[in-house]
Amino acid sequence: MVWSSKDLLGLEGLSREEIEFILDTASSFKEVSSREIKKVPALRGKTVVNLFYEPSTRTRVSFEIAAKRLSADVINIASETSSVRKGETLVDTGRNIEALKVDIIVIRHNYSGAAQMLARHLKASVVNAGDGWHEHPTQALLDMFTLREKLGRIQGLKVSIVGDIAHSRVARSNIWGLVKLGAQVTVCAPKMLIPAAIEEMGVGVTEDIDLALSGADAVNVLRMQFERDGENAFPRQLDYFSNFGITQERLKKAKKDIIVMHPGPINRGIEMSSEVADGMSSVILEQVTNGIAVRMAVLFLVAQANDRIKNNEDAH
Amino acid sequence: MKTLIKNGYVIDPANGICGIRDILIDGKVISKVSENIRSAADVTIDASGRIVMPGLVDMHVHLRQPGREDKETIYSGTKAALKGGVTSLLAMPNTQPPMDSAVNIKLLKGILKKDAQANVFICAAITKGRQGKEVSDISGLQQEGVVAVSDDGSSVDDKEVMAEALKKAGLNKVLVICHSEDKALSSGGMVNLGIISTRMGLRGMADEAEYKRVARDVELAKEYSCPLHLAHISSQESVKIISLAKKKGVRITAEATPHHLSLNEEAVLGYDTNFKMNPPLRSKEDVQALKKGLKEGIIDVIASDHAPHTENEKEIEFERAEFGVIGLETILAVGITELVEPGFLDWPSLVEKLALNPARILGIDKGTLSPGKDADLVIIDKEKEWLVEREGLISKSRNCPFLGRKLKGKVEYTFLGGKIAYKA
Repeated sequence: MVWSSKDLLGLEGLSREEIEFILDTASSFKEVSSREIKKVPALRGKTVVNLFYEPSTRTRVSFEIAAKRLSADVINIASETSSVRKGETLVDTGRNIEALKVDIIVIRHNYSGAAQMLARHLKASVVNAGDGWHEHPTQALLDMFTLREKLGRIQGLKVSIVGDIAHSRVARSNIWGLVKLGAQVTVCAPKMLIPAAIEEMGVGVTEDIDLALSGADAVNVLRMQFERDGENAFPRQLDYFSNFGITQERLKKAKKDIIVMHPGPINRGIEMSSEVADGMSSVILEQVTNGIAVRMAVLFLVAQANDRIKNNEDAH
Repeated sequence: MKTLIKNGYVIDPANGICGIRDILIDGKVISKVSENIRSAADVTIDASGRIVMPGLVDMHVHLRQPGREDKETIYSGTKAALKGGVTSLLAMPNTQPPMDSAVNIKLLKGILKKDAQANVFICAAITKGRQGKEVSDISGLQQEGVVAVSDDGSSVDDKEVMAEALKKAGLNKVLVICHSEDKALSSGGMVNLGIISTRMGLRGMADEAEYKRVARDVELAKEYSCPLHLAHISSQESVKIISLAKKKGVRITAEATPHHLSLNEEAVLGYDTNFKMNPPLRSKEDVQALKKGLKEGIIDVIASDHAPHTENEKEIEFERAEFGVIGLETILAVGITELVEPGFLDWPSLVEKLALNPARILGIDKGTLSPGKDADLVIIDKEKEWLVEREGLISKSRNCPFLGRKLKGKVEYTFLGGKIAYKA
């Protein structure tokens, strides 16, 4: 197949084939990072801007490394250091970046829908690196890449997602992707952190962590954000750990070869115990490594698609 | 000066007319409606194949002046109204300053006298500063000609304050209009609570924020036997409550907007802020219930809730964008396209919802083609299709949810007080 979109905004709008195509492309890029000279010329002469309106280290660094291993030039813009603070609108900021002849904008934004809005107004490619509570497609893709690498497939797997589902873009993107690829997904959280009508996205819902772990091939543990003020905040960190934290004891009752994932950064002793985070089941650091390959694939595919779109326009 | 409108298909539910008639206008008023009028006239308009109906009475319009003339002015808003066939409208009080005192009403009346291109009736604020704390001087407002009061945009949370307002309004024969929303239940929400808010990663607004407040206000209306009008109803539960109360004889009336009657929550999935409004677009089931309620007379009125906002306030991130959409120029065509064309509502019912009922509810002498009444009427080509485009809009703002849609039914002439005030 041919990837045809200039943007990657979320997994909701993608087909199973498109998702598998990104994962396959990522497989072919993974080897680059283990070479002595970790670079291919696929995006030589292209410019990538990481436009981050939220503090982020890991996602931003992962995108930056991915772009550099494809030989692109990379500029990082954080909201604290830009005109964003001076009240410029997102679309104006985007147009200014585009006027600098930038090819790809990787955007992280605290408002849901921000990436979509930017993509609608720009001819440059837009890659969503997380928008509000909405989607974080590359995180879900790297989670699925890791699952596929570890277990050989996604079809038929039982995957549980544990934690603050309501406010999680990682959860939403994972649900869309996993369900499309045929996994059986269960979300597990205290009731107040389960968003309305989530089962209509094709997932099971439980408040019982042991039930969520029982029979699961993998558990994806979300970061709890206790700093979120007031609304829906889980009252006490300790309560959370005793009711939902992943421990060795709990894993003993689960499948022996269950895989434990986490998008990071981990709150040790809150979402999971240190033994689990560092234990045999954990693939957390492999996720980080795979993030590079997945983001290389995404940057490569959207750039290629946009080149084709522009060539077609020139031809007419 | 006499104008004769020949051979139009006249729909005037107040007089039980629905058929081909001639209408003779003498000066400002309607002189005669009957078949084959042979009187001489200065101007004769051939309305063969056209619908002729009373001018629309839109009882929910934000004209924004004074205070936010960048969004809309009395002039631009009433011009837009005429283009949409609206000859009378009720201006909402959430201006700057708000219409909560006789002094401010005088200020507004001064501008209206100078700039209004259509009949503008005034809705004042229920409470001072629209703060929900202290009831406005309703008798003083009434003496300035105010016909209704509303804190539209907010509900009066304090039950005691609302009760006092209803009593005073009842005594002064001023209609109370409720924006039914318990902000404790909807606060921070921006789309309908459910699968759509979950998919979009946005805070949801529960329908119970509306219907619980509807239930409270209906109870108050019953207790104080004061007429009450419920603005922009959006949920099926509200329709049920209103239906039950009406059966019990409570004097309540209700309106729905063209967008809540024709669009459901899925429209908002692309984060297009032209679908962001309060109350939010609801589920398909809610839309069906609203339409059914409209047909059965549980919902009396279609009103636009015309709420202009500048591009700076709309062309931004969904979560930051203002609530509200414009509707004066599309209210009639949406009614025709979405309700009459599919056979859901007949023409006389549509005219009732758009002209006769709102006039009766407001107690204003409009909405009919009775001889002796002001000649406010519209001539419509009901077959004419047109594309809603930004460039074609007369309103100062462009936040229309029907942009890019093809609608059926176009106003050819709008008569205001016997004069052609708009011609396509």
